[in-house]
Amino acid sequence: MIISQLSVFMENKSGRLAGVLEALAKENHRILALSVADTTDFGILRLLVSEPEKARTVLKNQLFSVNVTEVIAVMVPDQAKEYAGVLKSLSDLEISVEYTYAFSSGGKSIIILQCSDNKKAIDVLKSNGLELLCGEDLIRM
Amino acid sequence: MDIWNRHFECMDRSDLRKIQSERLRRTVERVYFNVPYYRHKLQEAGLGPEVVESIDDIRKLPFTTKNDLRDTYPFGMFAVPMSEIVRLHASSGTTGKATVVGYTRNDVSTWSEVMARTLTSAGAGRNDFIQVAYGYGLFTGGLGLHYGGEKIGASVIPVSGGNTHRQLQLMRDFGTTVIACTPSYALYLAEAIQDNGISRDDLKLRCGVFGAEPWTENMRKEIEEKLRIKAIDIFGLSEIIGPGVASECQEQEGLHINEDHFFPEIIDPETLEVLPEGSVGELVFTTITKEGLPLIRYRTRDLTRLNYSKCKCGRTLVRMDKCLGRSDDMLIIRGVNLFPSQIETVLLAMSEIKPHYRIIVDRLNNLDVIELQVEVDEVFFQDKISQLQNLRNRLQDNLENAVGLSIKVTLVEPKTIERSEGKSKRVIDNRKF
Repeated sequence: MIISQLSVFMENKSGRLAGVLEALAKENHRILALSVADTTDFGILRLLVSEPEKARTVLKNQLFSVNVTEVIAVMVPDQAKEYAGVLKSLSDLEISVEYTYAFSSGGKSIIILQCSDNKKAIDVLKSNGLELLCGEDLIRM
Repeated sequence: MDIWNRHFECMDRSDLRKIQSERLRRTVERVYFNVPYYRHKLQEAGLGPEVVESIDDIRKLPFTTKNDLRDTYPFGMFAVPMSEIVRLHASSGTTGKATVVGYTRNDVSTWSEVMARTLTSAGAGRNDFIQVAYGYGLFTGGLGLHYGGEKIGASVIPVSGGNTHRQLQLMRDFGTTVIACTPSYALYLAEAIQDNGISRDDLKLRCGVFGAEPWTENMRKEIEEKLRIKAIDIFGLSEIIGPGVASECQEQEGLHINEDHFFPEIIDPETLEVLPEGSVGELVFTTITKEGLPLIRYRTRDLTRLNYSKCKCGRTLVRMDKCLGRSDDMLIIRGVNLFPSQIETVLLAMSEIKPHYRIIVDRLNNLDVIELQVEVDEVFFQDKISQLQNLRNRLQDNLENAVGLSIKVTLVEPKTIERSEGKSKRVIDNRKF
Protein backbone atom coordinates (compact mmCIF):
# COMPACT_ATOMS: atom_id res chain seq x y z
CA MET A 1 0.00 0.00 0.00
CA ILE A 2 3.11 2.20 0.18
CA ILE A 3 3.52 4.23 -2.97
CA SER A 4 6.87 5.50 -4.24
CA GLN A 5 6.83 9.22 -4.86
CA LEU A 6 9.57 11.27 -6.49
CA SER A 7 10.67 14.44 -4.73
CA VAL A 8 12.72 16.92 -6.73
CA PHE A 9 14.53 19.94 -5.34
CA MET A 10 13.99 22.97 -7.56
CA GLU A 11 15.20 26.51 -7.46
CA ASN A 12 12.33 28.94 -7.62
CA LYS A 13 12.96 30.22 -11.11
CA SER A 14 11.11 30.02 -14.34
CA GLY A 15 11.56 27.02 -16.57
CA ARG A 16 12.61 24.57 -13.86
CA LEU A 17 9.30 22.71 -13.62
CA ALA A 18 9.09 22.55 -17.40
CA GLY A 19 12.63 21.14 -17.40
CA VAL A 20 11.64 18.25 -15.16
CA LEU A 21 8.54 17.43 -17.18
CA GLU A 22 10.34 17.66 -20.52
CA ALA A 23 12.99 15.25 -19.28
CA LEU A 24 10.25 12.78 -18.36
CA ALA A 25 8.31 13.41 -21.56
CA LYS A 26 11.28 12.34 -23.68
CA GLU A 27 11.07 8.91 -22.08
CA ASN A 28 7.25 8.79 -22.33
CA HIS A 29 6.62 8.70 -18.61
CA ARG A 30 3.10 9.07 -17.26
CA ILE A 31 2.39 11.61 -14.55
CA LEU A 32 -0.26 10.31 -12.16
CA ALA A 33 -0.21 13.18 -9.70
CA LEU A 34 1.87 16.26 -9.08
CA SER A 35 2.21 18.89 -6.40
CA VAL A 36 4.64 21.73 -5.74
CA ALA A 37 5.51 23.11 -2.31
CA ASP A 38 7.33 26.39 -2.61
CA THR A 39 9.16 28.97 -0.55
CA THR A 40 10.53 32.26 -1.83
CA ASP A 41 13.82 30.69 -2.90
CA PHE A 42 13.18 27.07 -3.66
CA GLY A 43 10.47 24.51 -4.07
CA ILE A 44 9.95 20.80 -3.81
CA LEU A 45 8.18 19.06 -6.64
CA ARG A 46 6.39 15.87 -5.67
CA LEU A 47 5.42 13.49 -8.40
CA LEU A 48 3.66 10.19 -8.73
CA VAL A 49 4.70 8.46 -11.93
CA SER A 50 4.05 5.07 -13.51
CA GLU A 51 7.68 3.94 -13.18
CA PRO A 52 9.31 5.74 -10.26
CA GLU A 53 12.74 4.09 -10.40
CA LYS A 54 13.15 4.68 -14.13
CA ALA A 55 11.92 8.26 -13.81
CA ARG A 56 14.34 8.83 -10.95
CA THR A 57 17.23 7.68 -13.12
CA VAL A 58 16.11 9.98 -15.94
CA LEU A 59 16.04 12.98 -13.61
CA LYS A 60 19.28 12.05 -11.89
CA ASN A 61 21.00 11.92 -15.24
CA GLN A 62 19.69 15.41 -15.88
CA LEU A 63 21.42 16.46 -12.65
CA PHE A 64 18.29 17.08 -10.60
CA SER A 65 18.39 16.44 -6.87
CA VAL A 66 15.79 13.70 -6.67
CA ASN A 67 14.76 11.25 -4.03
CA VAL A 68 12.16 8.51 -3.74
CA THR A 69 9.87 9.02 -0.76
CA GLU A 70 7.01 6.93 0.54
CA VAL A 71 3.42 8.10 0.58
CA ILE A 72 0.03 6.47 0.90
CA ALA A 73 -3.13 7.05 -1.18
CA VAL A 74 -6.68 6.70 0.02
CA MET A 75 -9.84 6.99 -2.07
CA VAL A 76 -13.00 8.57 -0.63
CA PRO A 77 -16.14 10.26 -2.02
CA ASP A 78 -15.30 13.85 -2.95
CA GLN A 79 -17.01 15.37 0.10
CA ALA A 80 -15.18 17.61 2.52
CA LYS A 81 -16.43 15.57 5.46
CA GLU A 82 -14.73 12.50 4.00
CA TYR A 83 -11.34 14.27 3.76
CA ALA A 84 -11.87 15.64 7.26
CA GLY A 85 -12.71 12.16 8.51
CA VAL A 86 -9.47 10.74 7.14
CA LEU A 87 -7.40 13.45 8.84
CA LYS A 88 -9.28 13.14 12.11
CA SER A 89 -8.82 9.38 12.28
CA LEU A 90 -5.08 9.98 11.98
CA SER A 91 -4.85 12.83 14.43
CA ASP A 92 -6.88 10.88 16.98
CA LEU A 93 -4.00 8.44 17.13
CA GLU A 94 -1.41 11.22 17.09
CA ILE A 95 -0.21 10.39 13.64
CA SER A 96 0.81 13.68 12.10
CA VAL A 97 0.47 14.50 8.44
CA GLU A 98 3.69 15.97 7.00
CA TYR A 99 1.92 17.04 3.84
CA THR A 100 -1.01 16.04 1.70
CA TYR A 101 -2.43 16.75 -1.74
CA ALA A 102 -5.45 15.42 -3.53
CA PHE A 103 -7.23 15.25 -6.83
CA SER A 104 -10.68 14.05 -7.76
CA SER A 105 -12.42 12.48 -10.68
CA GLY A 106 -15.90 10.97 -11.16
CA GLY A 107 -17.12 11.84 -7.66
CA LYS A 108 -14.10 10.24 -6.00
CA SER A 109 -11.18 11.99 -4.30
CA ILE A 110 -7.76 10.46 -4.14
CA ILE A 111 -5.85 11.77 -1.16
CA ILE A 112 -2.09 11.43 -1.04
CA LEU A 113 -0.60 11.54 2.45
CA GLN A 114 2.86 11.63 3.95
CA CYS A 115 2.54 10.73 7.60
CA SER A 116 4.91 10.59 10.54
CA ASP A 117 4.31 6.85 10.48
CA ASN A 118 2.94 5.63 7.17
CA LYS A 119 2.54 1.99 8.24
CA LYS A 120 0.53 2.87 11.31
CA ALA A 121 -1.54 5.25 9.18
CA ILE A 122 -2.37 2.43 6.76
CA ASP A 123 -3.54 0.23 9.63
CA VAL A 124 -5.71 2.99 11.07
CA LEU A 125 -7.30 3.89 7.74
CA LYS A 126 -7.92 0.24 6.90
CA SER A 127 -9.55 -0.42 10.27
CA ASN A 128 -11.84 2.55 9.55
CA GLY A 129 -12.96 0.76 6.39
CA LEU A 130 -11.30 3.20 3.98
CA GLU A 131 -10.12 2.19 0.55
CA LEU A 132 -6.34 2.36 0.17
CA LEU A 133 -4.74 2.35 -3.25
CA CYS A 134 -1.46 0.93 -4.40
CA GLY A 135 0.69 2.19 -7.27
CA GLU A 136 -0.93 -0.21 -9.71
CA ASP A 137 -4.39 1.10 -8.79
CA LEU A 138 -3.30 4.62 -9.68
CA ILE A 139 -1.85 3.52 -13.00
CA ARG A 140 -5.11 1.83 -13.97
CA MET A 141 -7.24 4.87 -13.21
CA MET B 1 44.02 75.24 5.14
CA ASP B 2 45.78 74.16 8.29
CA ILE B 3 48.45 71.51 8.42
CA TRP B 4 48.69 69.71 11.76
CA ASN B 5 52.41 68.99 11.76
CA ARG B 6 54.06 71.24 9.23
CA HIS B 7 57.52 70.07 10.29
CA PHE B 8 56.99 66.50 9.15
CA GLU B 9 54.22 66.89 6.62
CA CYS B 10 56.09 69.51 4.58
CA MET B 11 59.63 68.32 5.26
CA ASP B 12 62.27 68.48 2.57
CA ARG B 13 62.41 64.98 1.10
CA SER B 14 66.14 64.53 1.60
CA ASP B 15 65.74 65.39 5.28
CA LEU B 16 62.83 62.95 5.45
CA ARG B 17 65.04 60.23 3.99
CA LYS B 18 67.59 60.72 6.75
CA ILE B 19 64.90 60.38 9.38
CA GLN B 20 63.44 57.32 7.65
CA SER B 21 66.89 55.74 7.43
CA GLU B 22 67.56 56.23 11.12
CA ARG B 23 64.09 55.04 12.12
CA LEU B 24 64.34 51.93 9.93
CA ARG B 25 67.77 51.13 11.39
CA ARG B 26 66.37 51.30 14.90
CA THR B 27 63.26 49.27 13.96
CA VAL B 28 65.30 46.43 12.46
CA GLU B 29 67.53 46.39 15.50
CA ARG B 30 64.51 46.27 17.75
CA VAL B 31 62.80 43.40 15.97
CA TYR B 32 66.07 41.49 15.69
CA PHE B 33 66.60 41.54 19.42
CA ASN B 34 62.98 41.43 20.63
CA VAL B 35 60.99 39.30 18.17
CA PRO B 36 62.35 35.75 17.80
CA TYR B 37 60.20 35.28 14.69
CA TYR B 38 61.91 38.19 12.95
CA ARG B 39 65.35 37.22 14.24
CA HIS B 40 64.98 33.80 12.61
CA LYS B 41 63.68 35.36 9.41
CA LEU B 42 66.60 37.77 9.23
CA GLN B 43 69.11 35.09 10.10
CA GLU B 44 67.70 32.82 7.44
CA ALA B 45 68.24 35.63 4.95
CA GLY B 46 71.80 35.94 6.23
CA LEU B 47 71.11 39.34 7.74
CA GLY B 48 72.20 40.75 11.08
CA PRO B 49 70.86 43.61 13.19
CA GLU B 50 73.25 46.08 11.55
CA VAL B 51 72.04 45.45 7.98
CA VAL B 52 70.40 48.87 7.59
CA GLU B 53 72.57 51.86 6.86
CA SER B 54 70.08 53.81 4.80
CA ILE B 55 66.44 53.47 3.88
CA ASP B 56 67.54 51.91 0.56
CA ASP B 57 68.67 48.83 2.47
CA ILE B 58 64.99 48.05 3.07
CA ARG B 59 65.06 46.05 -0.16
CA LYS B 60 67.31 43.47 1.48
CA LEU B 61 64.73 42.73 4.19
CA PRO B 62 62.25 39.84 4.08
CA PHE B 63 58.52 40.47 3.67
CA THR B 64 55.86 39.97 6.31
CA THR B 65 52.38 38.66 5.47
CA LYS B 66 49.08 38.20 7.26
CA ASN B 67 50.01 34.53 7.59
CA ASP B 68 53.01 35.46 9.72
CA LEU B 69 50.63 37.21 12.12
CA ARG B 70 48.36 34.19 12.16
CA ASP B 71 51.22 31.76 12.72
CA THR B 72 52.28 33.74 15.76
CA TYR B 73 48.73 34.31 17.09
CA PRO B 74 48.02 36.07 19.30
CA PHE B 75 51.06 38.01 20.57
CA GLY B 76 54.03 36.24 18.97
CA MET B 77 55.22 39.22 16.93
CA PHE B 78 54.96 41.82 19.66
CA ALA B 79 58.29 43.51 20.30
CA VAL B 80 57.63 44.59 23.89
CA PRO B 81 56.59 42.76 27.06
CA MET B 82 52.81 42.68 27.53
CA SER B 83 53.21 45.04 30.47
CA GLU B 84 54.03 47.74 27.92
CA ILE B 85 50.92 47.05 25.82
CA VAL B 86 48.02 49.33 26.68
CA ARG B 87 45.59 48.42 23.90
CA LEU B 88 44.66 45.42 21.76
CA HIS B 89 42.64 45.42 18.58
CA ALA B 90 41.79 42.50 16.31
CA SER B 91 40.35 41.81 12.92
CA SER B 92 38.43 38.71 11.96
CA GLY B 93 40.60 35.89 10.68
CA THR B 94 40.09 33.36 7.92
CA THR B 95 40.40 30.25 10.01
CA GLY B 96 38.66 31.55 13.08
CA LYS B 97 41.89 33.12 14.27
CA ALA B 98 41.92 36.88 14.35
CA THR B 99 44.85 39.11 13.47
CA VAL B 100 45.77 40.74 16.77
CA VAL B 101 47.52 44.09 17.03
CA GLY B 102 48.93 45.65 20.20
CA TYR B 103 49.78 49.26 21.00
CA THR B 104 52.14 50.72 23.58
CA ARG B 105 51.31 54.08 25.12
CA ASN B 106 53.62 55.69 22.54
CA ASP B 107 51.88 53.82 19.73
CA VAL B 108 48.50 55.17 20.84
CA SER B 109 50.07 58.60 20.88
CA THR B 110 51.49 58.11 17.34
CA TRP B 111 48.08 56.94 16.21
CA SER B 112 46.43 60.05 17.67
CA GLU B 113 49.07 62.18 15.92
CA VAL B 114 48.51 60.67 12.47
CA MET B 115 44.75 60.84 12.94
CA ALA B 116 45.09 64.49 13.95
CA ARG B 117 46.93 65.04 10.66
CA THR B 118 44.17 63.18 8.82
CA LEU B 119 41.35 65.19 10.33
CA THR B 120 43.20 68.48 9.91
CA SER B 121 43.91 67.77 6.25
CA ALA B 122 40.21 66.96 5.84
CA GLY B 123 39.54 70.48 7.07
CA ALA B 124 38.44 69.73 10.63
CA GLY B 125 39.52 71.69 13.70
CA ARG B 126 38.78 72.47 17.33
CA ASN B 127 35.43 74.07 16.56
CA ASP B 128 34.07 70.99 14.83
CA PHE B 129 31.64 68.37 16.05
CA ILE B 130 32.89 65.03 14.74
CA GLN B 131 30.33 62.25 14.66
CA VAL B 132 32.21 58.97 14.63
CA ALA B 133 29.89 56.47 12.97
CA TYR B 134 32.60 53.85 12.51
CA GLY B 135 32.22 50.84 14.76
CA TYR B 136 33.93 51.09 18.14
CA GLY B 137 35.43 47.95 19.62
CA LEU B 138 38.01 45.55 18.29
CA PHE B 139 37.76 47.25 14.88
CA THR B 140 40.23 50.14 14.75
CA GLY B 141 37.94 52.57 12.89
CA GLY B 142 35.96 54.00 15.78
CA LEU B 143 38.69 54.53 18.34
CA GLY B 144 41.18 55.73 15.72
CA LEU B 145 38.91 58.59 14.66
CA HIS B 146 37.99 59.19 18.28
CA TYR B 147 41.55 59.79 19.51
CA GLY B 148 42.40 61.93 16.48
CA GLY B 149 39.29 64.03 17.03
CA GLU B 150 40.16 64.63 20.67
CA LYS B 151 43.75 65.43 19.77
CA ILE B 152 42.73 68.30 17.49
CA GLY B 153 40.36 69.55 20.17
CA ALA B 154 37.13 68.87 18.31
CA SER B 155 33.97 67.75 20.10
CA VAL B 156 33.80 64.03 19.42
CA ILE B 157 30.43 62.27 19.30
CA PRO B 158 31.22 58.54 19.75
CA VAL B 159 27.95 57.21 18.41
CA SER B 160 29.60 54.14 16.75
CA GLY B 161 28.07 52.34 13.76
CA GLY B 162 24.45 51.56 12.98
CA ASN B 163 21.17 52.89 14.40
CA THR B 164 20.54 55.33 11.59
CA HIS B 165 17.66 57.00 13.37
CA ARG B 166 19.87 58.02 16.28
CA GLN B 167 22.64 59.09 13.89
CA LEU B 168 20.24 61.54 12.26
CA GLN B 169 18.89 62.81 15.55
CA LEU B 170 22.36 63.54 16.94
CA MET B 171 23.47 65.03 13.65
CA ARG B 172 20.64 67.54 13.82
CA ASP B 173 20.47 68.17 17.58
CA PHE B 174 24.22 68.43 18.20
CA GLY B 175 24.98 70.24 14.98
CA THR B 176 27.47 67.69 13.66
CA THR B 177 29.89 69.29 11.19
CA VAL B 178 32.10 66.30 10.36
CA ILE B 179 30.87 62.77 9.78
CA ALA B 180 33.19 59.77 9.80
CA CYS B 181 31.94 56.45 8.45
CA THR B 182 32.21 54.12 5.46
CA PRO B 183 31.37 55.81 2.14
CA SER B 184 28.48 53.42 1.53
CA TYR B 185 26.99 54.30 4.90
CA ALA B 186 27.38 58.00 4.03
CA LEU B 187 25.17 57.45 1.01
CA TYR B 188 22.75 55.47 3.11
CA LEU B 189 22.59 58.36 5.58
CA ALA B 190 22.02 60.82 2.73
CA GLU B 191 18.95 58.88 1.68
CA ALA B 192 17.75 58.45 5.24
CA ILE B 193 17.93 62.24 5.68
CA GLN B 194 15.65 62.67 2.68
CA ASP B 195 13.31 59.87 3.69
CA ASN B 196 12.92 61.30 7.18
CA GLY B 197 11.95 64.67 5.80
CA ILE B 198 14.95 66.39 7.37
CA SER B 199 15.84 69.59 5.61
CA ARG B 200 19.49 69.89 4.67
CA ASP B 201 19.38 73.42 6.08
CA ASP B 202 18.77 71.98 9.54
CA LEU B 203 22.13 70.22 9.37
CA LYS B 204 25.54 71.79 9.77
CA LEU B 205 27.51 69.04 8.04
CA ARG B 206 30.38 70.37 5.98
CA CYS B 207 32.82 67.51 5.58
CA GLY B 208 33.13 63.77 5.82
CA VAL B 209 36.06 61.39 6.25
CA PHE B 210 35.35 58.10 4.59
CA GLY B 211 37.32 54.88 4.37
CA ALA B 212 37.54 51.19 5.35
CA GLU B 213 36.19 50.11 1.96
CA PRO B 214 36.85 50.86 -1.71
CA TRP B 215 34.81 53.60 -3.36
CA THR B 216 34.79 55.38 -6.66
CA GLU B 217 35.01 58.96 -7.82
CA ASN B 218 31.37 58.64 -8.83
CA MET B 219 30.43 57.69 -5.29
CA ARG B 220 32.37 60.70 -4.07
CA LYS B 221 30.44 62.97 -6.39
CA GLU B 222 27.17 61.49 -5.25
CA ILE B 223 28.05 61.86 -1.56
CA GLU B 224 29.23 65.43 -2.05
CA GLU B 225 26.08 66.40 -3.95
CA LYS B 226 23.59 64.64 -1.73
CA LEU B 227 25.11 65.66 1.61
CA ARG B 228 26.55 68.95 0.34
CA ILE B 229 29.90 68.24 2.01
CA LYS B 230 33.50 67.71 1.03
CA ALA B 231 34.16 63.97 0.99
CA ILE B 232 37.70 63.03 2.02
CA ASP B 233 39.19 59.58 1.44
CA ILE B 234 41.18 58.06 4.29
CA PHE B 235 43.18 54.85 4.34
CA GLY B 236 44.53 52.52 6.95
CA LEU B 237 44.83 48.95 8.09
CA SER B 238 44.94 47.64 11.61
CA GLU B 239 48.22 45.77 11.10
CA ILE B 240 49.99 49.05 10.38
CA ILE B 241 48.10 51.19 12.93
CA GLY B 242 44.47 51.49 11.83
CA PRO B 243 43.07 54.58 10.11
CA GLY B 244 45.67 57.32 9.83
CA VAL B 245 48.12 55.59 7.50
CA ALA B 246 47.18 57.94 4.66
CA SER B 247 44.57 60.56 3.88
CA GLU B 248 43.57 63.08 1.27
CA CYS B 249 44.05 66.80 1.62
CA GLN B 250 41.71 69.48 0.29
CA GLU B 251 43.14 68.98 -3.22
CA GLN B 252 41.68 65.43 -3.30
CA GLU B 253 44.46 64.31 -5.60
CA GLY B 254 45.79 61.25 -3.84
CA LEU B 255 46.22 60.23 -0.20
CA HIS B 256 49.28 61.55 1.65
CA ILE B 257 51.04 58.71 3.42
CA ASN B 258 52.44 59.53 6.86
CA GLU B 259 55.77 58.17 5.70
CA ASP B 260 57.75 59.45 8.65
CA HIS B 261 55.94 56.58 10.45
CA PHE B 262 54.98 54.14 7.70
CA PHE B 263 57.43 53.62 4.86
CA PRO B 264 55.68 52.61 1.62
CA GLU B 265 56.98 50.55 -1.31
CA ILE B 266 55.25 49.27 -4.43
CA ILE B 267 56.18 45.73 -5.47
CA ASP B 268 55.25 43.30 -8.18
CA PRO B 269 53.10 40.75 -6.28
CA GLU B 270 54.52 37.91 -8.40
CA THR B 271 58.25 38.64 -8.52
CA LEU B 272 58.29 40.67 -5.27
CA GLU B 273 60.62 43.16 -6.96
CA VAL B 274 60.24 46.84 -6.13
CA LEU B 275 58.68 48.60 -9.11
CA PRO B 276 59.79 51.89 -10.69
CA GLU B 277 58.19 55.07 -9.38
CA GLY B 278 54.65 55.56 -10.66
CA SER B 279 53.99 51.86 -11.43
CA VAL B 280 50.87 50.14 -10.19
CA GLY B 281 51.64 47.29 -7.84
CA GLU B 282 51.12 45.92 -4.36
CA LEU B 283 51.50 48.37 -1.51
CA VAL B 284 53.98 47.30 1.18
CA PHE B 285 54.48 49.11 4.49
CA THR B 286 57.25 49.09 7.04
CA THR B 287 56.37 50.69 10.35
CA ILE B 288 59.41 52.68 11.41
CA THR B 289 58.25 54.12 14.73
CA LYS B 290 55.92 51.52 16.16
CA GLU B 291 56.90 49.80 19.41
CA GLY B 292 54.24 47.20 20.12
CA LEU B 293 53.99 45.51 16.77
CA PRO B 294 56.63 46.74 14.34
CA LEU B 295 56.18 45.16 10.93
CA ILE B 296 58.85 44.88 8.27
CA ARG B 297 57.71 45.11 4.65
CA TYR B 298 54.15 44.09 5.41
CA ARG B 299 52.29 43.09 2.25
CA THR B 300 48.92 44.86 2.28
CA ARG B 301 47.66 43.12 -0.88
CA ASP B 302 46.17 46.47 -1.91
CA LEU B 303 47.06 47.57 -5.44
CA THR B 304 47.91 51.22 -6.00
CA ARG B 305 50.73 53.53 -7.14
CA LEU B 306 52.76 56.27 -5.52
CA ASN B 307 53.25 59.87 -6.59
CA TYR B 308 56.28 61.66 -5.12
CA SER B 309 55.63 65.09 -6.65
CA LYS B 310 54.92 68.00 -4.32
CA CYS B 311 51.23 68.60 -3.70
CA LYS B 312 49.53 71.97 -4.17
CA CYS B 313 48.59 71.85 -0.49
CA GLY B 314 52.26 72.22 0.45
CA ARG B 315 52.74 68.75 1.87
CA THR B 316 55.75 66.84 0.59
CA LEU B 317 54.51 63.47 1.85
CA VAL B 318 54.16 60.92 -0.94
CA ARG B 319 50.65 60.37 -2.25
CA MET B 320 49.01 57.04 -3.05
CA ASP B 321 46.14 56.61 -5.47
CA LYS B 322 42.81 55.28 -4.31
CA CYS B 323 43.32 51.53 -4.05
CA LEU B 324 42.71 49.96 -7.44
CA GLY B 325 42.00 46.45 -6.24
CA ARG B 326 43.58 43.57 -4.39
CA SER B 327 46.30 41.08 -5.21
CA ASP B 328 44.41 38.41 -3.26
CA ASP B 329 40.76 37.40 -3.11
CA MET B 330 39.80 39.43 -0.05
CA LEU B 331 36.45 41.19 -0.21
CA ILE B 332 35.51 44.22 1.81
CA ILE B 333 31.85 44.05 2.79
CA ARG B 334 30.44 46.98 4.73
CA GLY B 335 33.96 47.67 5.95
CA VAL B 336 34.48 44.08 7.12
CA ASN B 337 37.27 42.05 5.52
CA LEU B 338 36.12 38.73 4.18
CA PHE B 339 38.08 35.95 2.52
CA PRO B 340 36.19 33.26 0.56
CA SER B 341 38.23 30.69 2.49
CA GLN B 342 36.40 31.75 5.68
CA ILE B 343 33.13 30.73 4.08
CA GLU B 344 34.65 27.51 2.82
CA THR B 345 35.74 26.60 6.33
CA VAL B 346 32.16 26.93 7.58
CA LEU B 347 30.83 24.82 4.70
CA LEU B 348 33.40 22.09 5.21
CA ALA B 349 32.36 21.82 8.85
CA MET B 350 28.78 21.02 7.82
CA SER B 351 28.50 17.49 6.47
CA GLU B 352 25.14 18.09 4.74
CA ILE B 353 26.59 20.56 2.30
CA LYS B 354 29.07 20.09 -0.46
CA PRO B 355 31.62 22.89 -0.63
CA HIS B 356 30.42 23.98 -4.04
CA TYR B 357 29.50 27.58 -3.55
CA ARG B 358 29.34 30.95 -5.16
CA ILE B 359 29.50 34.30 -3.43
CA ILE B 360 27.55 37.14 -5.00
CA VAL B 361 28.20 40.65 -3.76
CA ASP B 362 26.05 43.58 -4.72
CA ARG B 363 25.31 47.05 -3.53
CA LEU B 364 21.61 47.71 -3.00
CA ASN B 365 20.47 51.11 -1.74
CA ASN B 366 24.13 51.87 -1.07
CA LEU B 367 24.58 48.96 1.30
CA ASP B 368 26.66 45.94 0.46
CA VAL B 369 24.66 42.74 0.35
CA ILE B 370 26.22 39.35 0.16
CA GLU B 371 24.60 36.14 -0.95
CA LEU B 372 26.00 32.66 -0.69
CA GLN B 373 24.69 30.07 -3.10
CA VAL B 374 25.28 26.48 -2.06
CA GLU B 375 24.30 23.28 -3.72
CA VAL B 376 21.94 20.97 -1.93
CA ASP B 377 23.47 17.55 -1.72
CA GLU B 378 21.18 14.82 -2.99
CA VAL B 379 22.16 12.63 -0.07
CA PHE B 380 20.79 15.22 2.31
CA PHE B 381 17.74 16.25 0.32
CA GLN B 382 14.80 14.50 1.94
CA ASP B 383 11.65 16.10 0.64
CA LYS B 384 10.82 18.28 3.66
CA ILE B 385 10.65 22.07 3.33
CA SER B 386 11.26 22.52 7.05
CA GLN B 387 14.40 20.43 6.88
CA LEU B 388 15.84 22.54 4.08
CA GLN B 389 14.92 25.74 5.85
CA ASN B 390 16.54 24.53 9.06
CA LEU B 391 19.67 23.72 7.13
CA ARG B 392 19.70 27.16 5.56
CA ASN B 393 19.13 28.92 8.88
CA ARG B 394 21.82 26.91 10.57
CA LEU B 395 24.26 27.75 7.81
CA GLN B 396 23.35 31.44 8.06
CA ASP B 397 23.94 31.39 11.82
CA ASN B 398 27.27 29.58 11.46
CA LEU B 399 28.42 32.08 8.85
CA GLU B 400 27.44 35.07 10.92
CA ASN B 401 29.30 33.65 13.92
CA ALA B 402 32.38 32.95 11.86
CA VAL B 403 32.69 36.10 9.79
CA GLY B 404 30.63 38.70 11.63
CA LEU B 405 28.45 39.48 8.64
CA SER B 406 24.91 38.48 7.88
CA ILE B 407 25.02 36.51 4.67
CA LYS B 408 21.91 35.49 2.78
CA VAL B 409 22.05 31.80 1.98
CA THR B 410 20.34 30.46 -1.12
CA LEU B 411 20.10 26.75 -1.76
CA VAL B 412 20.58 25.89 -5.40
CA GLU B 413 20.28 22.75 -7.48
CA PRO B 414 23.23 20.40 -7.67
CA LYS B 415 25.86 20.91 -10.34
CA THR B 416 24.55 24.39 -11.16
CA ILE B 417 27.67 26.06 -9.83
CA GLU B 418 30.34 26.10 -12.42
CA ARG B 419 33.28 23.76 -11.86
CA SER B 420 36.53 24.71 -13.40
CA GLU B 421 40.07 23.51 -13.35
CA GLY B 422 42.18 25.27 -10.78
CA LYS B 423 40.82 28.52 -9.49
CA SER B 424 37.07 28.54 -9.95
CA LYS B 425 35.04 31.69 -10.17
CA ARG B 426 33.67 31.58 -6.68
CA VAL B 427 33.09 35.28 -6.27
CA ILE B 428 30.90 37.50 -8.39
CA ASP B 429 31.25 41.09 -7.30
CA ASN B 430 28.65 43.25 -9.00
CA ARG B 431 29.66 46.41 -7.17
CA LYS B 432 31.21 49.05 -9.36
CA PHE B 433 34.41 50.51 -8.01
